Amino acid sequence: MRRLIYLLPALLFLVLAGYFAYSLRPGHDPQLLPSALLDKEAPAFDLPALAGGGRFTLADLKGQPSVVNIFASWCAPCRLEHPLLLRLARQDGVRVFGIAYKDKPEDSARFLAELGNPFRAVGVDREGRTGLDFGVYGVPETYVLDRDGRIRARYVGALTPAKIERDLLPLLQKLNAP
Amino acid sequence: MRSLFLLAMLSLATAAHAVEPAERLPDPAMETRARVISAELRCVVCQNESIDESRAELARDIRRLVRERLTAGDTNPQAIQAVVARYGDFVLLRPPVKPETYALWFGPVAVLLLAVAGVAMWLRRRGAAPAEPAPLTQDEQTRLAALARDDDR
Repeated sequence: MRRLIYLLPALLFLVLAGYFAYSLRPGHDPQLLPSALLDKEAPAFDLPALAGGGRFTLADLKGQPSVVNIFASWCAPCRLEHPLLLRLARQDGVRVFGIAYKDKPEDSARFLAELGNPFRAVGVDREGRTGLDFGVYGVPETYVLDRDGRIRARYVGALTPAKIERDLLPLLQKLNAP
Repeated sequence: MRSLFLLAMLSLATAAHAVEPAERLPDPAMETRARVISAELRCVVCQNESIDESRAELARDIRRLVRERLTAGDTNPQAIQAVVARYGDFVLLRPPVKPETYALWFGPVAVLLLAVAGVAMWLRRRGAAPAEPAPLTQDEQTRLAALARDDDR
């Protein structure tokens, strides 16, 4: 029993080393933050639509699960992930919406004309206020909302095929189940 | 003389801050409150600067949000809560004490106590160690006597 106490430091070391190894695992970015709004209703917004002169509001997202992508024409990773969004919208039939963050409407329009438009609607967030309400800290960010408009997942940075296959699509499948 | 001058210059230096003139509130008292709050909030882009120090665009947006809330009549905690609601506890440079942060707040103290206990045990053990050595056996005494005799010669 007394001997055991000498093992304590070694044990503590093992626990710490294990924790550090876990935190250093490949593919893990310690700077990523979980959304503070997880499982809460998405912040209300009412933005001018990029095309057609209408409005794009939170109400448009409700009723069915949806994916909201916050992008900007000036953001390079947005360009990188764009084909994945197109595939989501066209092949997987996901409802994808866009919010153009701190971007001139004409630039956003050109971006979509050039790369294709996966979005059912795009809101123009000229000042980044809606982005701020969502807790955006770097574009692109992608949110998955359930049919009641609650945020169920957030992806910071460019989407990857792995994130979509392993995480986003299974989640949507679950949300789509009656 | 020169070192005195340097000292005077150093004392004039204050922490850099990034608040732009256009952001400032007309009411100096409220602006001071905004500055106090900003110094408590982490810039989520740079992560080791407060939004008061950071020139990141997002930091400016949050400074603006804080000032908006204050102008709308929020108290300081309410204005801070508005930012936490969006970005989570992580934005607080001084994390709140709650069960999830107990390890953070009390972990170092626990490790220190553990170390103190370890050292105390070790010291007590060492203090007790020099007990009376066992008396010599008959064999040893005759050998010792023999050796002493050798020496005399």
